[in-house]
Amino acid sequence: MKKKLIGTLIIMVGLFFVLNTMALAEEPVTQQVLDEVTGSLQVGIDTIWVLFAAFLVFFMNLGFGMVESGLCRAKNTVNILAKNFIVFAISSVAFWVIGWGLMFGDGNPFVGLQGIFCVGGADNSPAIGDAYQGVYSAINWTGVPLWAKFFFQLVFAGTAATIVSGVVAERIKFISFIIFSFILVGILYPITGHWIWGGGFLASLGMFDFAGSTVVHSVGGWAALAGVLILGARYGKYRKDGSINPIFGHSMSMATLGGFVLWLGWFGFNPGSTMGVGDGSAIAHVAVVTNTAAATAVLSSTIVSWMIQKKPDLSMIINGALAGLVAITAPCAFVSIGSAAVIGLIAGVLVVLAVMMFDRIKIDDPVGALSVHLVNGIWGTLAVGFFAVDGITGTATGNGLFFGGGFKLLGAQLVGIVAVGAFTLAASFVAWYIIKLILDMRVSRDEEILGLDLGEHGSKAYPDFQGFLTK
Amino acid sequence: MKLIIAVVQPEKLTDVKQALSEAKVGKMTVSNVIGCGSQGGFTESYRGTFTEVNLLDKVRFEIAVNEDFVKPAVDAIIKGARSGKIGDGKIFIVPLEECIRVRTGETGTEAIG
Repeated sequence: MKKKLIGTLIIMVGLFFVLNTMALAEEPVTQQVLDEVTGSLQVGIDTIWVLFAAFLVFFMNLGFGMVESGLCRAKNTVNILAKNFIVFAISSVAFWVIGWGLMFGDGNPFVGLQGIFCVGGADNSPAIGDAYQGVYSAINWTGVPLWAKFFFQLVFAGTAATIVSGVVAERIKFISFIIFSFILVGILYPITGHWIWGGGFLASLGMFDFAGSTVVHSVGGWAALAGVLILGARYGKYRKDGSINPIFGHSMSMATLGGFVLWLGWFGFNPGSTMGVGDGSAIAHVAVVTNTAAATAVLSSTIVSWMIQKKPDLSMIINGALAGLVAITAPCAFVSIGSAAVIGLIAGVLVVLAVMMFDRIKIDDPVGALSVHLVNGIWGTLAVGFFAVDGITGTATGNGLFFGGGFKLLGAQLVGIVAVGAFTLAASFVAWYIIKLILDMRVSRDEEILGLDLGEHGSKAYPDFQGFLTK
Repeated sequence: MKLIIAVVQPEKLTDVKQALSEAKVGKMTVSNVIGCGSQGGFTESYRGTFTEVNLLDKVRFEIAVNEDFVKPAVDAIIKGARSGKIGDGKIFIVPLEECIRVRTGETGTEAIG
């Protein structure tokens, strides 16, 4: 309501000044002049929207930091927070220096080749479509300035990097994580991103990923999986007799508040990906679709957790919301509210089962990031193939399987998932392995027991409090 | 009747408890303490300044036992807590004058159980 009033006010003031200036200069108010004014106001409003959404996605870094530190032990809190804080700085630099160019530069179906370094390619944004002249044509469909496009994409890249932090928490060396994050945001993320959003071969194949279930979330998940396979489980997590030793998080308050922050941030992540206000109907639709999926996912994850664990587990409730949000990220602009409810419902079930499955196969994921981002990133991408309705908010995706479109869209989604998964997993594996050989990936056993706060940073998160063991 | 007080490394808590239960000693009081002995401390740094910290987190067991359980309990604690490194901890055995069970009022060796 407030935005509408301000928007109307701006237009009125703008017209007032224009008309007055016209009168003073004794120039007639032509259609062309009015079009210019409207056009520049449109760019202005769209830019505000894109930047505001980007600020919300930036805010998600807070959420990740809180969820991760809350679900891990107090003795590692400084380390986890440091990783989450520095990873955005790393992302900002890596994506600026080389990431943006590899992802959105004109090139071949696999990688950008022009305007790679420091966003320096020729560009006349906010011109769109045929009027666009420059080397970032893949993103010429949105009418905002280049730096708005860049910043919006940057915060998405930052999200992918911070996913890795949670899975390798409590035993990874700080420097190893830093180096890997540069590689992920500078090279790996942009390459697969180019395939889908940069005009690459997956886009040509007809694969759709509106806000990044694959581009952002499953990429982060695959990179994290590669890391944790080499890293191994935390000391004491899996007992010698094969049973699982639950390691409790130290602050459920932190984790819950972080979950809320992420939920809020997703309202920038999904609706913001329209990168334009239009007449408002698309962003409103996407916002409600996003919330609906999160809500039903919370309900289904709570029910499943209640059934399996005899009492509803708060961490599963939170993971449920995140799973629903990840799962709806790809389909949000292509499905109805009802479909979103179903997608969320399934996501909530998947996340609880996935958390238990990973523990059963001895993959130690302290925060459930693999279950939330990898598993539901895949589910969200597939969901497009099932539930898409052609042109529901304007994009011609073709209909999904349940809406009469047959297997065409689903097939493209599947190819995308496999291609991105294979590349990211393999490339991340190589990167992590080289890091392990040169720098050592994992802290020593004594340091892991002492706590990474002291081991990696020489300071404690809670120096006034004594650690209180109960088992 | 004796009261065994054992101060051990925190990460040995589960191992000591398990060893004690294997020795049929199931009643104990556990508290979190800080202490120092021969084990060195660590250097903590904060915003450019360094400080030595040598009071480290430990776990303390207090177990009331009858005479014939003293040796099994001590052996169990050592089995669970020993790692061979400095800082493994210490066990103190203190004579216990009386022990009363709150629920029934029993005293003496029956109360210890």
